[in-house]
Amino acid sequence: MIYLILFLEFFKVGLFALGGGLAALPFLQDLIAKYGWMTAAELLNMIAISESTPGAIGINTATFIGNNTAGITGGIIATAGLAAPSIIIITIIAHYFESFNQHPLVKSAFSGIRPAVAGLIGSAAFELARGGIFNLNNLQLNNNLLQFFDFKSLLLLIIIFAAIRKFKKHPIFYIMAAALIGIIFKF
Amino acid sequence: MKKLLTIFLVFFKIGSFTFGGGYAMLPIIKRELVDNLGWIKENDIYNYYAIGQSTPGIIAVNTATMTGYSLCGVKGALAATSGFIMPSLIIITLIASFFKRFQQINLFQHAFAAIQVAVVALIIDIVIKMWQKSDKSKISLLIFLLAFLLLVIFDLSPVFVILGSAAAGISIQYYRGNLQSAYHNYHNQNQESDK
Repeated sequence: MIYLILFLEFFKVGLFALGGGLAALPFLQDLIAKYGWMTAAELLNMIAISESTPGAIGINTATFIGNNTAGITGGIIATAGLAAPSIIIITIIAHYFESFNQHPLVKSAFSGIRPAVAGLIGSAAFELARGGIFNLNNLQLNNNLLQFFDFKSLLLLIIIFAAIRKFKKHPIFYIMAAALIGIIFKF
Repeated sequence: MKKLLTIFLVFFKIGSFTFGGGYAMLPIIKRELVDNLGWIKENDIYNYYAIGQSTPGIIAVNTATMTGYSLCGVKGALAATSGFIMPSLIIITLIASFFKRFQQINLFQHAFAAIQVAVVALIIDIVIKMWQKSDKSKISLLIFLLAFLLLVIFDLSPVFVILGSAAAGISIQYYRGNLQSAYHNYHNQNQESDK
């Protein structure tokens, strides 16, 4: 019974959460309050861990909550529930997209969408940098430009970016290297 | 079967190294499927990502399903998605068993803080590559800047940005007369293939 509840509840989250992993947060808060699976503080801890481990944040959090509620099987079922709407909806869209992607209307729509996606991805980088590399709050609090940047992070950004442009190694290489640097220099 | 296994393994790799939101998977998808295997065109990946962004569900799962489907139909979609999800299931299940201890390890926090910086660098690189792949027109630059500013300053939902830019793309091609001639060619081609 708990398995069925987990599957259906996470199916609903997957169906209605539009946007990034954190868009699911309000849904999850309602969910744990409704069933008393854990406290809000425990949920925030889990999300923090889900953010700093590999994989999509939403998937990680679903595995976590399911596992916490009903063991390993619970984790698998909650995750399957969360992914199921995506698989169903996207498979239907992909099926039609294959036959329509040469259509003039679709092609011209994508000529506008592609630069917008670049903007979308750029803004994601900006949001990420806002937390780690520069801090608007510090600037407003202290009016001191020196505290605006986290110089250690800024330096690392410049070095990694230069290395990416020059050496063109696999992205995983840079992620692993950064992890190592982060541990050694206590980021 | 071999192709399905490759799809599963590639997305397992992607799932293992995607830190943060779905955009973080793009540099690895591009390297694996465009550069190494040559299975997909670079622009197609950005199209799939746009679709993944503007449909319900987890963006990364949507993108994985969409990419998998384009490679090998429904089976490909399932192989890609299960491959992408598998590392999460394994890692989180392990962590959940050691939850209390994990919180005390700062090692992960230090590593993650620096990984975020690397992801920012990788994404800037991808945005530059997207620009190099584009038509480099003033209007594309305008759409890019507009999308960026609307998202960063006004916190607008990506769904509206994608719908708006789709409308802009159609209007621009119509205004230039490209849409009409493209329609003409499209119908001629279809008639030929009907014969």
